[in-house]
Amino acid sequence: MTAVPNNSNSLLERLLSGQAIALAKSITAVENDTAQAAELLTGIQPHLGRALVVGFTGPPGAGKSTLVNALIVELRRREQSVGVVAVDPSSPLTGGAILGDRIRMSEHTRDPGVFVRSLAARGHLGGLSPMAARVIDVMDASGRDVVVVETVGAGQSEVEIAEIADVRVVISAPGLGDDVQAIKAGILEIADILVVNKADLPLAERTVSQLKSMLSLREGEMAEVPVLSTTATTGEGIVALADAVEERKGVAVTAEDRAARALQRVRRLLADATAQRVRQLIRAVDGANVDDLCAQVQRGELGVDDAAARLLRQLQQPEDRDGA
Amino acid sequence: MTAPSRVLITKIGFDGHDRGSRIVAAYLRDAGMEVVYTGPWQEIADVVALATQEDVDVIGVSSLATDHLLLPELMTALKEAGLGHVQVVLGGIVPDQDIDGLRAAGVAAIFHPGSTREQIVDEIARLAGQARSAA
Repeated sequence: MTAVPNNSNSLLERLLSGQAIALAKSITAVENDTAQAAELLTGIQPHLGRALVVGFTGPPGAGKSTLVNALIVELRRREQSVGVVAVDPSSPLTGGAILGDRIRMSEHTRDPGVFVRSLAARGHLGGLSPMAARVIDVMDASGRDVVVVETVGAGQSEVEIAEIADVRVVISAPGLGDDVQAIKAGILEIADILVVNKADLPLAERTVSQLKSMLSLREGEMAEVPVLSTTATTGEGIVALADAVEERKGVAVTAEDRAARALQRVRRLLADATAQRVRQLIRAVDGANVDDLCAQVQRGELGVDDAAARLLRQLQQPEDRDGA
Repeated sequence: MTAPSRVLITKIGFDGHDRGSRIVAAYLRDAGMEVVYTGPWQEIADVVALATQEDVDVIGVSSLATDHLLLPELMTALKEAGLGHVQVVLGGIVPDQDIDGLRAAGVAAIFHPGSTREQIVDEIARLAGQARSAA
């Protein structure tokens, strides 16, 4: 049972103390990019980097949510507290979403050591949501030992999770494609651990051997990626998965590694925030100017890249005037 | 842009007939809301934990076979957990003699058979706005 929030403490303090309601409210603030969020995100900076962030990605229906559920069982047995960020798609037409990943995790609903938050992708491509990286930071700050991130059922190029997670688990299932699929570029390349789920199905062994032979063609670290078989619904293979995750944590996730990725993450956040501002500026820019540029492109007088450069220059000017 | 409303659609008690709750979840999705959908058979403590973690504005409970009688207990549990601002609505089969008791317990709206999509969506949107300004 969660205690009634004590309003005499700030949201930041209550978040850092691990209170569930404060974590939930902080995630909402960050997701909706409120004024309070900026304050929170600054306040948590000194408390980041303690949680192990484990990313799960793979095609829809491969069993990501069920596998996350099974992994939580094992992590709890190992006395780790867990935060889960589960991303589901938003409708491109209405913006609405059905967030149903946690149905597969319902056995953990009342465990205070497990906090699951469903996020809608809100039009963001790449398998996550616009604010997913910040939401993960908030979970980290609340003292979760492990933060599991489940992406939208991803196709072949949703590799954003690679920059955010310490350990990247890519899930496949039998019968999804032949060995040419396995040598294509994309999500398989970002894996630290490859999992063939639904290993009780026929063809599972063939999928495992296809992935292994794909890896054998690669060089360096990629050749050492383990290929595990799991049956998430029975728990088969989950101990080995938890061991593999822990091994990655111990061996590959050095302090140096983490610092480099943390910097990369802040860079990414900065780039995203900048891109967001540019998009807002473009929406606000005088329509006639844009129409004029479009007309020039349509008439073949101006290349689209040149038009973009010109638009960018136009966007910069009002900012300069503000600064003057 | 205002953030989408967040609604939990769920069922408590032993009845597993969830078709109605799925249809309502789809209505709300198509109205631009973010709907956390759980299967049936949730317990009161589950709903409290779900509402806490997901920070929802509205909880919609579907009841076809007397599970609505658990709602006063849910309302108390929500208040105790510091979620008094969350609006709770009920849809399904609710006998007339139970309505006053549910209202008195704080249930914000009851949707009977024959309620239209517009009635459900508009009322939940209104209550979501109310919950958010009270949070």
